[in-house]
Amino acid sequence: MSPKLDLWLTEMLTGSRRALARIITAVENDPAVAEHAIQTLYPRTGQAHILGLTGAPGAGKSSLTTELALELRRRDLTVGIVAVDPSSPFTGGALLGDRVRMGALAGDKGVFIRSMASRGRLGGLSSTTSAVLKVLDAAGFDILIVETVGAGQAEVDIASTAHTTIVIEAPGMGDDVQAIKAGILEIADILVVNKADRAGAHQKVKSLEMMLHLGPQGGTRHHGKIIASPAEIQASSQNAWPIPVIKTEAINGKGLSDLADQILSHRTHLQETGQWLERERERALQEATALIQQRLLAQVQAQIPAGLQHEIYTAVAERKISLYTAVEQILNYGP
Amino acid sequence: MNERKPRILIAKPGLDGHDRGAKVIARALRDAGMEVIYTGLRQTPEMIVEAALQEDVDAIGLSILSGAHKALIPRITTLMGENELEDVPLFLGGIIPDEDIPVMKEQGVTAVFGPGSSTQDISAFIWNSLREI
Ligand SMILES: Nc1nc2c(ncn2[C@@H]2O[C@H](COP(=O)(O)OP(=O)(O)OP(=O)(O)O)[C@@H](O)[C@H]2O)c(=O)[nH]1
Repeated sequence: MSPKLDLWLTEMLTGSRRALARIITAVENDPAVAEHAIQTLYPRTGQAHILGLTGAPGAGKSSLTTELALELRRRDLTVGIVAVDPSSPFTGGALLGDRVRMGALAGDKGVFIRSMASRGRLGGLSSTTSAVLKVLDAAGFDILIVETVGAGQAEVDIASTAHTTIVIEAPGMGDDVQAIKAGILEIADILVVNKADRAGAHQKVKSLEMMLHLGPQGGTRHHGKIIASPAEIQASSQNAWPIPVIKTEAINGKGLSDLADQILSHRTHLQETGQWLERERERALQEATALIQQRLLAQVQAQIPAGLQHEIYTAVAERKISLYTAVEQILNYGP
Repeated sequence: MNERKPRILIAKPGLDGHDRGAKVIARALRDAGMEVIYTGLRQTPEMIVEAALQEDVDAIGLSILSGAHKALIPRITTLMGENELEDVPLFLGGIIPDEDIPVMKEQGVTAVFGPGSSTQDISAFIWNSLREI
């Protein structure tokens, strides 16, 4: 582990952005560093409101993140941005281009932007992202925005690390069935129809609203879960959050004040109904589960000599034993 | 278990609107397994150094075609110094006249890659210049 980490942690807490940046790199590169950093910083976390912003490529996520950050800055809130882009599965490299649209945020010490590659970690993106978010949280940013491309499991993972999940749609992009298939209505706390200057925006809003009201939740979200029966909807309606559909134009900032209002009222809603704590608890469960899985796996693998593992897998490959027998042998191995 | 990947900033300072060269390099470095932070056109020295700081990059690559390197580079290296980034290698691509190269190096540029350089040369340069962390 880098001996400089403790120095950086101290420097970060006295406002060094250089130290903050270096801690993020170290946390991204090494789970042991992440553990040490989070252990140290944990008491200072829990203040930031984490927003997950997702949507199809080209929907306007980076532009909207920029405009949203500008709007939040006008309200005197500081903003940390984590923009996640996919790593190439072939080379492991990544082209992180979200800063291209974030020029308007340059020179503001109340904003910190970090680009992050997904690095193809199996289920690990969310744990790394959430470690990076905790670092930014401890550094004192009021609002953290995680921007991800909506392309499968990643955005659902990210949604589970956010307090408020915002899904960006745009007119002429994808049909309603795709929206349902992608599961966006299940993860969104706020739906945004960006590019409202374009034809078809109004219909898009209407069809999203209709789908929300036809859905099992009747257009509301309770405890971040789908509610099955009308009785449950009835029972929970007091605590329910009506999912707003907001029109924005990220090219000129229209609708952003609305969006910021809704984001801040969602926070109030979560806090007043006890759901803030509930989401944090849910997140703690998920993160702990992931860590326990990783550790147990590492323990099991460390116990068995590598040569024996090789033999076992060879036996499976040669169809001498079954996969399940192999797992039994591994789990029951005693030296 | 260390998953370090080189992080490189590729930026295009100056006022001209051609970022093809910068994009080619960005893609080549991505294909060489690096994480490339691409910031696009018309980046001021302040924006470049701020991005390098926030992204904690291992190297900064600039594409300059406009002949503005003589004005831009001293400003960028000064800002890098002010932000404790003096140890981050800085390389230039694009069109830099041969006679300016020694001056550029004096001002803190680590390497200059002319139009003939291969992307392999550039990525080898970056791998070799990675700092200890
Ligand atoms: N007409 C119009 N164009 C917009 C609006 N918002 C963004 N755009 C344009 O849409 C394109 C994509 O915007 P981005 O912000 O890069 O979208 P993104 O979702 O981050 O895209 P990826 O990073 O590729 O996933 C850009 O050309 C923007 O200028 C809008 O409100 N109206």
